[in-house]
This record gives sequence, C-alpha cells and structure tokens, in this order.
Amino acid sequence: MIDINPRAQQHSDIRQAIREICRAFDSTYWQSIEEKAGYPEKFVETLTQAGWLSVLIPETYGGGGASLTEASVILEEINRAGANSGACHAQMYIMGTLLRHGSDVQKQKYLPPIAAGNLRLQSFAVTEPTTGTDTTKTKTFAEKRGNRYIVNGQKVWISRVQHSDLMLLLARTTPIEQVTKKTEGLSVFLVDLRQNAGKGLTVRPIKNMVNHETNELFFDDFEIPADNLIGEEGKGFRYILDGMNAERILIAAECIGDGYWFIDKARHYATQRVVFDRPIGQNQGIQFPIARAYANIRAADLMRYEAAQLFEAHQPCGAEANMVKLLAADASWEAANVCLQTHGGYGFAVEYDVERKFRETRLYQVAPISTNLILSYIAEHVLGLPRSF
Amino acid sequence: MHIVTFTRSTPDTAAKVEVDGNGAVSWGDAATVVNPWDEYSLEEAIRQATNVKGDTTVIAVGGDLHNDSLKHSLAMGVKNAVRVNADGLDMTDSLQWASLAAAAVNNIDDCQLVIFGKEHVDVGSDQVTYQTARKLGWTMLSYVSEILELDAEGGTIKVEKTVEQGKQILTAKLPVVISVLKGINEPRYPSFIGIRKASKATIPEWTPADLGIELPASSITHDAYNNPPPRDITSEIIEGETIEEKAAQLVDKLLEEKVL
Ligand SMILES: Cc1cc2nc3c(=O)[nH]c(=O)nc-3n(C[C@H](O)[C@H](O)[C@H](O)COP(=O)(O)OP(=O)(O)OC[C@H]3O[C@@H](n4cnc5c(N)ncnc54)[C@H](O)[C@@H]3O)c2cc1C
Repeated sequence: MIDINPRAQQHSDIRQAIREICRAFDSTYWQSIEEKAGYPEKFVETLTQAGWLSVLIPETYGGGGASLTEASVILEEINRAGANSGACHAQMYIMGTLLRHGSDVQKQKYLPPIAAGNLRLQSFAVTEPTTGTDTTKTKTFAEKRGNRYIVNGQKVWISRVQHSDLMLLLARTTPIEQVTKKTEGLSVFLVDLRQNAGKGLTVRPIKNMVNHETNELFFDDFEIPADNLIGEEGKGFRYILDGMNAERILIAAECIGDGYWFIDKARHYATQRVVFDRPIGQNQGIQFPIARAYANIRAADLMRYEAAQLFEAHQPCGAEANMVKLLAADASWEAANVCLQTHGGYGFAVEYDVERKFRETRLYQVAPISTNLILSYIAEHVLGLPRSF
Repeated sequence: MHIVTFTRSTPDTAAKVEVDGNGAVSWGDAATVVNPWDEYSLEEAIRQATNVKGDTTVIAVGGDLHNDSLKHSLAMGVKNAVRVNADGLDMTDSLQWASLAAAAVNNIDDCQLVIFGKEHVDVGSDQVTYQTARKLGWTMLSYVSEILELDAEGGTIKVEKTVEQGKQILTAKLPVVISVLKGINEPRYPSFIGIRKASKATIPEWTPADLGIELPASSITHDAYNNPPPRDITSEIIEGETIEEKAAQLVDKLLEEKVL
C-alpha cells in the first residue's frame, strides 16, 4: 500500500537516507537502550558523522545549509521510523543562537567543529525549579568580575548535559529590580562543559518517565570567561525568543512523524488481529478513532509546511509556529492513545514499542513549551485578548 | 593514483522477483538498491583514496536504472561517476559486460586499483570481476578481507585474503583488480551534503565508440524464464504442556520422517 503520508514523495532523497539509517537501529536497539536506561550513542554518532544534525549550519561553516523544511523532514522521518529525535534534536537548533548573535570569533571557533561533528552543543539551560515557565524571573545570577562572570544558582530539567561538550546558559546579569522591563537584564553564555567538571558545577541526573537524559544543575561560584558571553549583556531573553519559532516547527515535525508511526502501527494491527472471527479493524468503533487521528495529523502537517515556508521567507511566523506545535503535539498524543487502545493488552507490552512511543510523545505536551503557554500566546498575540500574566 | 570501483542497481533483496505474464523477469514497483556487496567496495575505495590522496571514480555498466546507485555512491563520497552503455548490451553476458568495464577503466588516467564487491546479488555471480581483470591484463585478488597496505610510490598492494583453510597474506604489484568481502569495513551512510551534491550531478554516459572499442557480439540467447514450481508445504504446530514434551514429540516426528 502507498505511504499514508501523501508528501512522502517530496524530499524523498532525505526521507530515504534517514529511513536507511533508522533501519539499522530497529525496535530491539531502542528496547535495549531503554532497558539499560542508556543513551543511544551509536545512533546519534551515526547521524552526526553523516552530517544530519548540522544541516542548519550554513555551508560557509561546513554545515549543510539546509532549509528549515528540510531539517524538519529529517526529524519527522526519525520519529516516523520509531526512533526518538529527542536524544539529539537540539544539536540541530541550539547553535542558532550562536549563529545569529555570536561574534565572528565565536562563530569561527565553534561552528566548524560543530558542523564537522567533533563538538556537541546540545544543551540549553533555561528552566529553574522555582520560576518554571516564568522565564523572566530567572534567579541564576552571573556577576561580572574582571574578565569573568561568576555564576550562582540552580537549573532543572536540563537535557543531554552528560552528552554535550558545550551548553548555552540563560542567567540574570542585572537584578530584576534594577531593570525597567523584566525581559531585560538576562544574558546568554556559552559554557564549556569539558573543562568544568567539579569546578563549581554539579550535575544531578533526574530519573523520569521517558528514557531522557535530563538533569538538575547547581552552580556554586562557577566561572565563565567573559569572552563566552553571546551578543550583548542584558539582551539574552530576546536572543532565546528568536530561536523559538524554528524550534517549535522542528518539534512539531517530530510529533507528526510520531503520528504517522502510530497510525501505521494501529492500522496494521487492526487489520491483522482477529477477534470474534473478524479483523478488529472491520469494526467502525476501531476504524473511526484511527481515521480521526489520521485526519488531525494531516491537518497539523499542512500547518507545519505553512509555518516553515513563512519562516524561510523571513515573514512573521510566531502564530503559525506556535499553532503547529499545539496541533501536532495534540494530534500525536491522540494517535498514541488510539494506537494503544487498538492494541488492547499488547499495547502495554514492551516488544510492540507502542508504550515507549506513547510515553515519548506525551512529553511534547509539556516540553519544550507547555500547551497552555501556547494557547495564551495565541489568545493574546493573535486574537488580541487581554494579557493574563 | 586513481581508484575505480563498480556498482549496479539491484532489486531490493526484500522485493519479490518473479516471471510476469509476458515471460519477463519483474520485481513490480519495488525500489532498487545499490548491490549490497558494493557498499563495502565503495567504502573501501573512499578510504584508500583518502589515505593515498588519490581520486575515485565509480562506474556502472548498463542502462539509466543504474544512475540511482551511482548517485548513492556520489552521496557516500566517491568523487566521480560514469555510466557505460551500449546498444545491444545484454547485461547477463559477462563477456560483453567485462569488455565495457575494462575499456572504461583504461579510459581513466592513472588507474592502479579496481575494487569490486564480492558479487552481484541479482545474478548471484562474480565472474565479471575475473573477466574484467583478464581483459585488463591485471592481477586479480579475490575475497580480500583487509587491505594491509597500498603503497602508491612503491607500486604495490598488500592484502589479507580469506581462503577456505584460513587467511593468506599477499603482496602484488600494481595495477590490480580486487574483490572485497563483507566485513572489510563498516560502510558509511550517505551524508546530507553528499546527497545534495549527488542530486545536482549529471552523470556522463560513455559508449563503445567513446572508448574506442566494439562491443563483442553476444553468444547468449534467452529462450525462456520460468518461476520455480510452487512448493508443497504443510506446516504443523507441535502442542505440548512443557518444552521437554514438545521437544520429544519433535524428535519422534523427525525420526519418523527419516530426517534424523
Ligand atoms: C524531559 C524534559 C526535558 C526538558 N529539557 C529541558 C532543557 O533541556 N532545558 C530547559 O531549559 N528546560 C527543559 N525542560 C523543562 C520544560 O521546558 C518545562 O518543564 C516546561 O517549560 C514547563 O515548566 P515547569 O515544568 O516549571 O512547569 P510550570 O511552569 O510549573 O507549569 C506547570 C503547569 O502549569 C501551567 N501553567 C503555568 N502558568 C500558567 C498560566 N499562567 N496559565 C495557564 N497555565 C499555566 C503550565 O502550562 C504547566 O502545565 C524539560 C522538561 C522535561 C520534562
């Protein structure tokens, strides 16, 4: 039967190449990684060496110079194949802050080795335990002393720190009481994790529902060379907002990939499984939820291309980027639920992969941005409703 | 030094290949893939050329079906690709195939090493590797499991060959033709940048006239292709309370059928 994604013929060379890689990292590979609560190193290394995680770096720095649409197809296909982009997607987009706001010296120093796959920049420390989504209240403080910044504070849920060489860090550099707008006085730093083990930075892993390497970080008089400040001091909040549209669209593509995976898996099982002398998929009670979930995935997919095209044309795309993240995360979650239900008891068995993907796709409702925050963006910025917080 | 390797597009090994209603061999609309054995020879050509700072060319013999595997080779990192084709070429005639292959190798400057994959999976044969070496008049080293040294200046190659009783280490004077085994390396995946370059590449086609040869007449006629007769199989699932009980029943059955 033909592909349930009617756009499978577009960017088919990228799709085929990713599918070929993912074939070597099949269901048993992901199950064994989960069992050991390990990190999929070989998978990430393979993608890195073939340049798939540096496609968004311009060719002048040795990257792929790909469009956002192309990058999104890569992540979609990884998730579509039953794999999990969450282990490495950030290597693709975190460098955007460095690319857009870093100095020439910083870009020359870091982008070529990132593009060549020799340097990992896949951690971004924003979230804090006491402030949560309210980012401007960030408490971690970086105080300038001579040619260094001294950092004190705490971060939580910071992913891939143990598998990254560099990390971006958002910290306050001017106390909130001394700024006119709460979005000011925040700065972004590039932290070299390789040389800093035990020097005022403690990393404590958090066990969690998905097999995701994520951590609590404690900064205790941790030093960062002043040269590692990105852009201007105090403008960090704006810099991170700049990267968010791309991130939202890429994450949405992962959800869409998950969605197609769940639908494929559900329709296959519904066709094969015979109960009461008929395939369960012959019952409309089974068919309709699968059909509805599929329709919602397709709708989200359309919004994804719309958002990516606006982004590529340098048009405002905040509304579309947020909406596609919302629609895609909802649709993948609906598809996950339908897929699990279609599998009955077997949906809970590890060997079917459904329960793993079910847990993985649930995360997109919360991270990197929670659903309510997107709704409040749409209400306020698109519909002009009164600001609520 | 220039290193040449060969590839061809073959039906995906998972595809169902059969004789269709018109008596022709068909694999429906299943995709073709790079002959799986060639993944290793392509990788080895790229690695050896990197070591000796040499150039690489991949050649396919046959129609434009083979452009897909040439593009795959370019995406992996082979520098140049060319397809050799001739009117009246019969792909199953290994002498014709090898004549074109050898003429194409002779048309490339400073080629000292030709690397083949172990065999062509679609025809299940490796005779073209020997015939190409014969046509070139070069030494043939088959079933190479490792290239121990390629000495461009000294003009020699030292290889480990797998033979039935063990390993054999040989040094030969260049130029040579080798065929390599699976496991000689871990083939890389095509890269994003490689795919992009390959998609823009136009692949030149060489004809016998370009190569200054005449295609030898084919001595083969294809009379008919037939599907294998359907196999008469009945399957039985052995039931039993315990593994031991099932195993005992299985042994009884195998003895009964005189399998054991
Ligand atoms: C596995 C995982 C990996 C992560 N990786 C990273 C990372 O690498 N880097 C990083 O910086 N962060 C990371 N995060 C953190 C993630 O971005 C946050 O968890 C998320 O933004 C929500 O913040 P919070 O958990 O503090 O929730 P809270 O801000 O405490 O919110 C709790 C709930 O209340 C809702 N809520 C809050 N305020 C309002 C409001 N005004 N109106 C309506 N609803 C509201 C939220 O939507 C949410 O559902 C990760 C999280 C997880 C779970």
